[in-house]
Amino acid sequence: MLKIENLHAEIGGTKILKGLTLEVAAGEVAAIMGPNGAGKSTLAYVLGGRPGYEVTAGSVTFKGQDLLDLEPHERAALGMFLGFQYPVEIPGVSNVQFLREALNSQRRARGEEPLSGGEFLKLAREKAALLKLDMDMMKRQVNVGFSGGEKKRAEMVQMGILDPAFAVLDETDSGLDIDALRTVGDGINAIMRAPDKGVLLITHYQRLLDYVKPDKVHVLAAGRIVKTGGPELALQLESEGYEAVTA
Amino acid sequence: MSAAPITQPVTRPTMRDEAWRYADFDAITTFAPEAFDEWREIDVAAGETFRECFILDSAAPTLRRIRINVAKGARAEVFAVNAAGDYARVELAVSLAEGAHFEFGGVTIGGGDATREFVTRLDHGAPDATSNQVVRSVHWGQATGNFLGRIDVGRDGQRTDAAQDFKAVLLERGASANARPELEIYADDVKCAHGAAIGQMDEMARYYMASRGIAPDIARELLIRAFIADAFAALDDEDARDGLLEIALKTLGER
Repeated sequence: MLKIENLHAEIGGTKILKGLTLEVAAGEVAAIMGPNGAGKSTLAYVLGGRPGYEVTAGSVTFKGQDLLDLEPHERAALGMFLGFQYPVEIPGVSNVQFLREALNSQRRARGEEPLSGGEFLKLAREKAALLKLDMDMMKRQVNVGFSGGEKKRAEMVQMGILDPAFAVLDETDSGLDIDALRTVGDGINAIMRAPDKGVLLITHYQRLLDYVKPDKVHVLAAGRIVKTGGPELALQLESEGYEAVTA
Repeated sequence: MSAAPITQPVTRPTMRDEAWRYADFDAITTFAPEAFDEWREIDVAAGETFRECFILDSAAPTLRRIRINVAKGARAEVFAVNAAGDYARVELAVSLAEGAHFEFGGVTIGGGDATREFVTRLDHGAPDATSNQVVRSVHWGQATGNFLGRIDVGRDGQRTDAAQDFKAVLLERGASANARPELEIYADDVKCAHGAAIGQMDEMARYYMASRGIAPDIARELLIRAFIADAFAALDDEDARDGLLEIALKTLGER
């Protein structure tokens, strides 16, 4: 479903990704773990098409299309979702307004009918309940004044509403307490566990993987995948550390 | 033979006049001399509320001057979009009696090389009067947006509470914005707050919207709508508010 081959990318002339190759099949949850500075967030932003992240070599194919050739909003319409490590505040725009515009933009791009206000609110209520996020939060400005945990849950509500085919989740577990971690984990499973969907979970720690069981665990170090294994690899990393495992 | 009529020569403003320092002097020469002496006068009676919403969208230089006398406990509200195609200047001279309130929300928006400006002068000469002014500017091309706000608090203007807030977003290099708050305070129990910020579009917010599927032009419009909506937040007539926003955003579409 997502095929990354020999990807090289840099930011402001600094090489971060140095020949990253990775494939995620439909129905698969893959975890990427790695030390600070390995290039995890860079990979997420390159997949999301953030300006300033320059791909110098390699290819990314998503659902048979050249992902790197698409604008960020076109990637979203194709079904790519990026969960931000630091969700962005948008003063003056409510979550409801933002997400309805986002969903209907995607639907129009795919040639589908936009949802009416009523239909949208019904969907938003359902997904907010799934993530235990108060509907009043949805009426507030996007991420403005939200706690770290609320921002992450709001991201997952966005994912639920947009219903993407593939989610790249960049440290979605950071800033979450134990209960919120479980809620977010359950949300990811409910929204993304399907034979025709895929997930790339980027995380430092094993703990999110207790709730969202990965099919594969990849270790990213110095811009490349250096080791791939099953869920047991995450446990080994947790007990022995990156250096020991990747040495 | 009759004597020549004695007329007071009207002096045209010069760049040395504080209130005209950012004006477009080429455009000003097209105004008739009398224009600098003309005011539309509005009296708001004690306890009454006056509200006016207007839009400047002329392609020719425009000068609109309004003098408002707000009587005891009365309220005056002015909301305006300055989206003219050439130099356009709105001047508001407001005199506040005891306990009166003045509310102003203004948006300057547009491209080209036009200067669009709001110039206000508030006379807080009486006690317990309040005022709130919010101006938002969005410009591109070689355009300029200005807000010059003068507040005079006289000796009797105790417990004056006056606020001015100006923010500008410049979409392109070459556009500019000027904010000039001017406070003259002769009373000692006074609150006068003013703030000004000039910046660019929040590109991270735009990228965040794009990552959720919102095309760049729609994302920009949503962000600018949110930005300029501050100027009309105090307008409690939803239709009027939406009308002003739509007119302002229409300009953006012509970009």
